[in-house]
Amino acid sequence: MISFWTFALGLSILLYVTLDGFDLGVGMLFPFAPNETARRHMLAAISPVWDGNETWLVVAASILFGIFPLVYATLLSALYLPLIVMLVALIFRGLAFEFRYKSVRFRWFWDVGFAGGSFVAAFIQGTAVGALVEGLAIQDGRYIGGPFGWVSPFALLCGLGLCLGYCLLGAGWLTYRTAEDVQSFAFRLLPRLMAAVLLFLAAVFALALALDLRVMHRWLEQPELAAFPVVGLVACAVFYFAIRNKYPLVPFLCGLAIFSAAFGTLAVSFYPYMVPFSITIQQAAAPPESVAFLFWGAGVFVLPITIIYTLAVYFVFKGKVDSDAEYH
Amino acid sequence: MDISALLLSRIQFAFTLAFHIIFPAFTIGLAAWLTLLEALWLTTLRPVYRRLFDFWLGIFGVAFGIGVVTGIVMAFQFGTNWSELSRRAGSIQGPLLGYESFTAFALEAAFFGVLMFGRKRVPNWFYLMSCFMVAAGTSLSAFWIMVSNSWMQWPVGFAMGQDGVFIPTDWSAIVFSPVAWVRFPHMILAAYLTSAFCVAATGAWHLLRGTFKSDARVMLRMGLGIAAILVPIQLVFGHLVGDYTHDKQPAKFAAIEARWHDEQPASEVLIAWPDQANERNRYAVSIPYLGSLIGSLSLHSKEIGLMSFPAADRPPVLIPFFAFRVMVGCGLLMLALAWFGTFFMSSGGLERKRWFLWATFSSFPLGFIATLTGWFTAEVGRQPWTIYGQIRTVDAVTPFLTTPQITVSLVIFCVIYALIFLAGAVYIYRLLQRGPVHLPSFDGAATNPKRPLSITGRSPGVQAAAPMLEMGE
Repeated sequence: MISFWTFALGLSILLYVTLDGFDLGVGMLFPFAPNETARRHMLAAISPVWDGNETWLVVAASILFGIFPLVYATLLSALYLPLIVMLVALIFRGLAFEFRYKSVRFRWFWDVGFAGGSFVAAFIQGTAVGALVEGLAIQDGRYIGGPFGWVSPFALLCGLGLCLGYCLLGAGWLTYRTAEDVQSFAFRLLPRLMAAVLLFLAAVFALALALDLRVMHRWLEQPELAAFPVVGLVACAVFYFAIRNKYPLVPFLCGLAIFSAAFGTLAVSFYPYMVPFSITIQQAAAPPESVAFLFWGAGVFVLPITIIYTLAVYFVFKGKVDSDAEYH
Repeated sequence: MDISALLLSRIQFAFTLAFHIIFPAFTIGLAAWLTLLEALWLTTLRPVYRRLFDFWLGIFGVAFGIGVVTGIVMAFQFGTNWSELSRRAGSIQGPLLGYESFTAFALEAAFFGVLMFGRKRVPNWFYLMSCFMVAAGTSLSAFWIMVSNSWMQWPVGFAMGQDGVFIPTDWSAIVFSPVAWVRFPHMILAAYLTSAFCVAATGAWHLLRGTFKSDARVMLRMGLGIAAILVPIQLVFGHLVGDYTHDKQPAKFAAIEARWHDEQPASEVLIAWPDQANERNRYAVSIPYLGSLIGSLSLHSKEIGLMSFPAADRPPVLIPFFAFRVMVGCGLLMLALAWFGTFFMSSGGLERKRWFLWATFSSFPLGFIATLTGWFTAEVGRQPWTIYGQIRTVDAVTPFLTTPQITVSLVIFCVIYALIFLAGAVYIYRLLQRGPVHLPSFDGAATNPKRPLSITGRSPGVQAAAPMLEMGE
């Protein structure tokens, strides 16, 4: 059952990162749109799904609290300030999304909030992952790093990198959901974003080598991990052809593949640790009584229903946004 | 952990929770009210019920959205601010609150979509069932939260494991705890009454303004009529909650009563200024024997006072004492309004008594105030414990948080919540003021099902943007 929940947790985090990733990316690209019509199309491209995407963050938090309370307590308290800022950024961004059309005088305010909130949330998520990879200062299951123990050049670089990655997903999504000028705007951006992401990956890799991170040793120890970079490279090649021939949706799917490959790399290199390299999955797990209690209701019924429901929503809202799309 | 950081963490939790609870308290009742309206519409086919349904559905949508986003914060705060509590009790509270969020997504979000956008796409019976499912979903969410909180008030069904971790040994004892089963109805009824008085107050408001008279009459009468039945039931459940407090949390009970010494027979302090430093009451007005009567339903029972507990185990007295009295006061006001209202209804002329309409209109905050003060009584009265008798609040908080950290987060929350509240309140006010006009836009085809945050209704920004487009930004 622990394996089930570990998988469920991984799946919800991956779903959150890729799904909310593209709408946060659209939020960051929002200020660079050529005109107001384009901005509206961008909003329309994510409006049916963005808050559904964010539910996966809460699902992940719920699984952590219920099944891995030690990790929930340690990570959330260690990342106190960034997490609170991220939550507020997500709320503010959602609020801005809804109130943009409710006022005329203050629209600039909501626009700044939408783009800024998207950026802050994405940046903090990347920084948190970076801090986790680098290793948080944890002794006997207690965080000892202080309020800014998560800040480091490596973590901040990861923050920036995730922003670029999300923009890549966002632009890829726009090629699928929009047409004409927004689509060509997205196609123009994609090669540059891809170059930036690859550059960032190289920089992260170099920095990780220079810092002699423990995660690197695990990559060298487990050559089968090379499968993930190979998937990433194949995705990059497909991406290149899709951009040249202006195939919509394919760049987004390639972005998904790259993200999944990166996520898989991290997951396997962390294993069996949940917080590297201080808390293992077994140490983190709640007593079997708790795990079973949540499994027979939420695990067996509610989680699959939620996944099916998510798929249904994406199916209902497939295709392009109307060229004269209006809100609602 | 310094004391100011602990106090700030408590203030932050109380603030974010108090802000959050306003909206669920409203939507739990509104969901039931919408189900009732829809059932009435389908059985009587009177258009007024359909108009009222559409009217309240828009308001429900806004309140629901704010409830969802402020609830997300709660899902994280146990870990950020109360890491020791989550580490030790996460094995019990985690699954309970996990069920809460899973239920919320599965039931509420799915059927909420049908409710907001699906009237034309589904058969009538399915639409009615969706209303019911949303009402059931919101109540079920409340249920899990009440189970988790009641377990903190009266922990049962656990064993203590290594490193202070609670191990659940008997889930049915936890879920079917008698404490949860009196506090859950108490909370649900509070939510129903909150909504009933908002409905009645809206009706009274439109009658005073002379707008939408026939619809306003129905709102006023239904709101007051429902309240007239529910307030007495709520008083019974309030009494049962008091009974469990008396038996299981005697220190809290003594704090609510501001009873410092053991008394036999005990008197009841009606009003006073409890002076915790000197362990006595100032300006007390009390009635002999009544304390024993309320506590144990007898005239000469012995009632325990705060001095019987070590000073370190006594809750603060001031907040539970006054919060409880404000709550009871709101309850009695609601009872008076509801019963006078039904009396005027039967004797005729309810809508012409402007003073009574003013009183009803002014009563809209009563339910919210009663709900909040009730929670303050329960939570502050449980101090100094977070899990009663097991974990002290000073041991539950994240040990390494510093005062500046929490100051920053508290300020951020205050700013963003003020903004949400302002935006939400202005918007709900506009919807209420516009009144129950028929809105064809509710059945718009380009809308989407899973958008708890989406706000229906007028969007001036859409139209006003047209000239800006031509300017070619």
